[in-house]
Amino acid sequence: MSGGTLYDQVWERHRVTTLPNGQDQLCVGLHLVHEVTSPQAFSMLDERDLEVAFPDRTFATTDHIVPTTTDGRDRPLADDQAEEMLSALEENVDESGITFFGLDSDRQGITHVVAPELGLTQPGMTVACGDSHTATHGAFGAIGVGVGTSQIRDIFATGCIAAEKQQVRRIQVEGSLGDGVYAKDVILQIIRQLGVDGGVGHVYEYGGPAIRELDMEGRLAICNMSIEGGARAGYVNPDETTYEYLRGREYVPEGEEFEELKAYWESIKSDEDAEYDDVVTVDVDDLDPLVTWGINPGQVVELSDPVPAPGSFETETEQDAACRALDHMNLEPGDSMLGYDVDVAFLGTCTNGRVSDFRQAAAVLAGHTVADDVRALAVPGSETVRRTCEQEGIDEVFGEAGFEWRRAGCSMCLAMNDDSLVGDEVCASSSNRNFVGRQGSKEGRTVLMSPATVAAAAIEGEVADCRRFLDDSPAHTAAEDVSEVAD
Amino acid sequence: MDDPRITEVAGSGVPIYGDDVDTDRILPARFLKETTFENMADYLFYDARRDEDGFNDHPLNRFPDAEIAVVNENFGCGSSREHAPQAMLRWGIDGVVGESFAEIFADNCKSLGVPTATADAETVEDLQAWIEANPDGEIPIDVEAETVTYGGETVAVDIDDATREALVDGIWDTTALMRANVNRVAETAASLPYVD
Ligand code: SF4
Repeated sequence: MSGGTLYDQVWERHRVTTLPNGQDQLCVGLHLVHEVTSPQAFSMLDERDLEVAFPDRTFATTDHIVPTTTDGRDRPLADDQAEEMLSALEENVDESGITFFGLDSDRQGITHVVAPELGLTQPGMTVACGDSHTATHGAFGAIGVGVGTSQIRDIFATGCIAAEKQQVRRIQVEGSLGDGVYAKDVILQIIRQLGVDGGVGHVYEYGGPAIRELDMEGRLAICNMSIEGGARAGYVNPDETTYEYLRGREYVPEGEEFEELKAYWESIKSDEDAEYDDVVTVDVDDLDPLVTWGINPGQVVELSDPVPAPGSFETETEQDAACRALDHMNLEPGDSMLGYDVDVAFLGTCTNGRVSDFRQAAAVLAGHTVADDVRALAVPGSETVRRTCEQEGIDEVFGEAGFEWRRAGCSMCLAMNDDSLVGDEVCASSSNRNFVGRQGSKEGRTVLMSPATVAAAAIEGEVADCRRFLDDSPAHTAAEDVSEVAD
Repeated sequence: MDDPRITEVAGSGVPIYGDDVDTDRILPARFLKETTFENMADYLFYDARRDEDGFNDHPLNRFPDAEIAVVNENFGCGSSREHAPQAMLRWGIDGVVGESFAEIFADNCKSLGVPTATADAETVEDLQAWIEANPDGEIPIDVEAETVTYGGETVAVDIDDATREALVDGIWDTTALMRANVNRVAETAASLPYVD
């Protein structure tokens, strides 16, 4: 196989031909489908009298519109349009012979949580989904791309997408993370440094010592937010951490077949002398926990720093954005985010809705209770995550602290179900987007942060430093108890 | 499939007036929750076409059989929803002439085989006035020659090179383009160790 970056190699492996319009035709190795973006594509397929070309490489789940209370999941769903979307998906997957993890499946959950944990996503694959956070799958050394309706139709009809190759930017993450600082803080720091449109025209290759040290769930959180940095995709070269994570997962073969597949996985990674279009270094030594202060995911501060003044930004666009952000968040330059009042704590999503996220938050919560006026929601990214947490007793830590422990779905990430901010509520959120209106209320305010920081905010009723709870002694002991159960 | 080459589109016109007509006007967001594009024609300019007493005198109500829309500046700006051009196409609009188009909107039109041609403000306004006076008049858009003809007069318009080539050569439909290579897809898929 030719050398170059992992991106080059995966591209070459999957390239069928160059189309007359100049784009490359690429095989899609794994197509993930959910209820919101697929129905129009299925009906376009019908209109042309075509069938799904590779049903075996296609997997569907339902996540965006599903209620997260057990009662709310009885059929028909209370929201007519949600019911219609879900029924349409059920019919479509049934007709096409696509495996479906529906509401009655114990594997249901967010596409980007389900595919990795079942071992569907593997190194050296191309993954496509009608969802902008498909970059998540890059954590395995796969190339994940989010696609629109016509492209979903293309994949259904041909198993391929038409695409242009992007440039590759290597993001070298130096240093190592201190206690209470997590993958989420790293990606917020990267987006702060490179900007929300810094990645336009690029895919990001994340590497360096800090990335190597991360487990798979941390890498997933980082790749997930590539899109928030403007990059089309993001990936990490696979290593032993990747292969060991995959061993024994439901859709990963065992024994000799595993070894054969592993040989393929190992053959696809960036050459040591691969040439990048750009290399950027990010240092995370001494990094404090980070939170957003504004209305885009690049408007970020370390907890110890004041909210910046619009004048401190270079471009007029950034300055305007900062003015609008301060106004929306009701902040002044120089204010500290520490102590910013919080009404809602939301833990979940395809960024931070995995088992390790709930473990990290539980370590903070253990022995504490949620502040009186805070509504706190823990929404596992999948039913598998939920079950695993329940086996470890993590749900009890959350329950005792005063969190509602819910069923799997996207939930308050974008409020297409009943979970929504009201009025100008402030939400401490482990999600990925803090755009105005994102969490269901036009006046609502979102502060993005790591799961541990969400837990600290829930306890204090204001933005707080999670390290306090990791250090102080009664909680510390309780936290250790939890992590013992967790291992 | 029909011949995908689109060298000319023609029909009577509808003038849709105003600069910065955004996709929310063209197709209001509340209709995005529908599971198919099938009914989108019914929702085209849904709010703009109605007032308290029912349908108003919006151009689409006055020229319901039009096939060529004539618009002003920055048409189709705002959200990237493919529902907007889908709604126009399903209404019956086969081509659009305007002062300028939002980029994603024009791209979406291209992938549906709908040419978007640009002309200066004067030409567009003349054409809009001519449609008002000649509601049944034919307006052929010659994609290859980049001209629009109305009332015996032919004027030059601009169609972006890549779009013109894609339409004229019939290579705008990526599904069709890629289906032409099914055998090679099977070969590539078979060479991937993770595909059974
Ligand atoms: S959790 Fe949020 S970002 Fe992720 S797929 Fe669901 S809605 Fe999209």
